[in-house]
Amino acid sequence: MTNVLGRFDFDVIADWIRPGEKVLDLGCGDGSLLRYLKDEKGVLGYGADNDPGNVLACIRNGVNVIQINLEAGLSGFEDGFFDHVVMSLSLQTVRHTEQMLAEMLRVGREAVVSFPNFGQRSHREAIALGRMPVSKTLPYQWYNSPNVRFFTMADFEALCAERGIAIRERLAFEGENVVTEDPNLNASIAVYRLGRNNL
Amino acid sequence: MNTTKNSVGEATPQRAHFDTPLALSGGALLPAFDLVYETYGELNASRSNAVLVCHALSGNHHVAGWHADNPKNLGWWDNLIGPGKPLDTRKFFVVGVNNLGGCYGSTGPVSNNPATGKPWGADFPVVIVEDWVAAQARLADRLGIDTWAAVIGGSLGGMQAMQWTLDYPERIRHAVVIASAPKLTAQNIAFNEVARQAILTDPDFHGGHYCEHGVVPARGLRLARMLGHITYLSDDQMAEKFGRKLRQEDLQFNYGVDFEIESYLRYQGDKFAGFFDANTYLITTKALDYYDPARAFDGNLAAALARARADFLVVSFSTDWRFAPERSREIVFGLVHNGLNASYAEIECSAGHDSFLLDDPHYHAVLRAYFEGIAV
Repeated sequence: MTNVLGRFDFDVIADWIRPGEKVLDLGCGDGSLLRYLKDEKGVLGYGADNDPGNVLACIRNGVNVIQINLEAGLSGFEDGFFDHVVMSLSLQTVRHTEQMLAEMLRVGREAVVSFPNFGQRSHREAIALGRMPVSKTLPYQWYNSPNVRFFTMADFEALCAERGIAIRERLAFEGENVVTEDPNLNASIAVYRLGRNNL
Repeated sequence: MNTTKNSVGEATPQRAHFDTPLALSGGALLPAFDLVYETYGELNASRSNAVLVCHALSGNHHVAGWHADNPKNLGWWDNLIGPGKPLDTRKFFVVGVNNLGGCYGSTGPVSNNPATGKPWGADFPVVIVEDWVAAQARLADRLGIDTWAAVIGGSLGGMQAMQWTLDYPERIRHAVVIASAPKLTAQNIAFNEVARQAILTDPDFHGGHYCEHGVVPARGLRLARMLGHITYLSDDQMAEKFGRKLRQEDLQFNYGVDFEIESYLRYQGDKFAGFFDANTYLITTKALDYYDPARAFDGNLAAALARARADFLVVSFSTDWRFAPERSREIVFGLVHNGLNASYAEIECSAGHDSFLLDDPHYHAVLRAYFEGIAV
């Protein structure tokens, strides 16, 4: 899926990744994040995407890409093989959210996810006025959106607590600015670094 | 005259003779052998732009362009290889070779056995993928190619590309493995066995020495090819191409040709039986059945691939049930396990196993992009 934000969340993600790590990028789009991580951090990266155009774009971009249906799980990948499993702005497009998070933390030591925050003020206002939100980070109409799950930062954090997923770090953004005050109301994008509670 | 755009043009088969004996996997020693090959494009000064094209069951060294004496006989991968084509001969020096045991000029069952002065026939030893790769390495030495920029093949050809990365990890930088598998399934071996039985039980087979009897086991070859064709196509494509279309207006109520599909299979079978050698067919299907690099590693493919150093592009086709996408994914995950650079594309194409020979736009775009990314 196209990264509607350009590249700024790449810097956040890159900050959390050490040189030479093994990284899996789920829903890797045209591979620009992996290209960035490869160039900046020298990671061994693999993208996973099921869209033929994205697979082609990754190959053009010179990054590894594996065409698989993410909804079918990550069964081909081994437990704990990756240092980080990244899902940049795609979690809301996956139907089986719980299984996806579990799979990410099975094959990776840590997961990094970013998603549009449906709880952001303008989205709430749209709902209050009786319409589904359409914004810079949610640019789709309800009938043509690739998004299938609609959740807020608070929803996501509740799920993590329930499922024993540790939130190791969290950054929230409005535009390119970091939001610290009530991010669930003020931020349109959230980026999380996740681990397993028992590790 | 053939004036196909972007063609490599007229191609000339060449012959390389090797005097150093080749120890074959089955235990036999081949004292000397010939390989017939073709090349397209120019080897660059640093000899870093060579690409080897490995053929599948019925293929050969004639990969692109045409022969002066037969301008209509285009190379079997002419749609892929040429100036401006996905495997661009302006950038790469491309080599096609007929494998050992073949019937297109390289040493094989139809060649004379120096020990007897007669054609080898059934006495030609069974050669397998590892032997082909060893022979191809001799050809690389002869051509002054230390390292292939890439080795590419579809089906059985893909197995050779993979084997290159295991037997000569320092001599191949990229492997392009298309519509292939790390080993055949029982079902796939079963199809090969039926094809072999068709040949072996043909009264004209004469224990494989049919040449001496001045005949060929055409019925067996024909059946083998008909069976093969059924498995290379997809159900959908057959339905689309032939359906229940009749040759004549009415059913014939006899055992001649009623349906178009019957006519197609008979035509393909007859054509094949007219030029292909039955012993080569037997050898080649055995090479397919035996291929299993994981066998020496208790079936652990990832362990078998640990020797590889090359980058990989693996490609499969959605409707290929003879070399199904799942088999390609096994390769891919074995490569990832070893931290090798690998990409995998699963192409939507209705043509079954044969898709790898076609020019589906997305398929060719993927290959073009990959080859463009190979530094020479």
